[in-house]
Amino acid sequence: MLMAAGLGEKLAGLGSLSLAEGTQVGVLVILAALVTASAMGVVLLSNIVYSAFLLGFTFLGIAGMYLLLNADFVAAAQVLIYVGAVNVLILFAIMLVNKRQEYKPLKLGNLRNAIAGLVCLGLFGLLLVTVTTVPWNVTTRISRLPSTTVAIAQHFFTDYLLPFELASVLLLVALVGAIVLARREFIPETSPLGYPDEESLELVERPLQQLPAGSQVKN
Amino acid sequence: MGLDAFLIVGAALFCIGIYGLVTSRNAVRVLMSVELMLNAVNLNLMAFSNFLDSANLRGQVFTVFAITVAAAEAAVGLAIVLSIYRSRDTVDMEEFRLLRW
Repeated sequence: MLMAAGLGEKLAGLGSLSLAEGTQVGVLVILAALVTASAMGVVLLSNIVYSAFLLGFTFLGIAGMYLLLNADFVAAAQVLIYVGAVNVLILFAIMLVNKRQEYKPLKLGNLRNAIAGLVCLGLFGLLLVTVTTVPWNVTTRISRLPSTTVAIAQHFFTDYLLPFELASVLLLVALVGAIVLARREFIPETSPLGYPDEESLELVERPLQQLPAGSQVKN
Repeated sequence: MGLDAFLIVGAALFCIGIYGLVTSRNAVRVLMSVELMLNAVNLNLMAFSNFLDSANLRGQVFTVFAITVAAAEAAVGLAIVLSIYRSRDTVDMEEFRLLRW
């Protein structure tokens, strides 16, 4: 609603725009509505499967906004990584953790949600005022690069080479860490002979013992 | 059709993400809210990159790094949720107080 108010004055001057600019404004309005509506759905819907699919729509809408911002490479990366990998990962997690349980109502639960909503609305208002009052030093002439892919690659292999390599190390660490965390742990018992026998070298999984919810872990 | 519109969409997305992060009971939905907030930040970076720094595209480079970190965060976070679900048999955030008291 507030966003529509911000766009309203721009829509008022739509008649004087050329066809290309008018199309851009229209696409931006549609994408903004899609992104905010599906993000609200992600947060507010009670069925988490619907939330996961709406999250995919949010990611797709943001990829469309990247296209409006002249960033074709990052838009493709957004679709591949977020829609293709992260969203599918979340859907798999929902399938593995699909437990329909009634959450115990909290003390003053509605009041907590109302306070959180008020704080978020206040933060949004603050950001809105900041965005609209700061005189941004916008360059009127958008420089036209031959290809954003070439420009980003030149950054990656010259002045951002160390962060690029660190990112690959981070991905490797996250991969190994996720596997270690997600598989059930098995500590092989050492045999009395002093060297591990054949069976203990195999990666056998065994289930953890289940603790009832809410129970205290005894150390 | 300017910088403001994209920044406002980013701000709205970020605030929705914060609300979901604070109020959700389901741990998977908390991770989804974190993804929303990361996407809001990425949208801001891309808008600044296009309107203020269109010759260098440094914002796009930062966005690629942020996407990488977000992917790693999603993988590790969901593995942690899965591990906690195996041992505690719930995904309710209010039950996850192993480190509290």
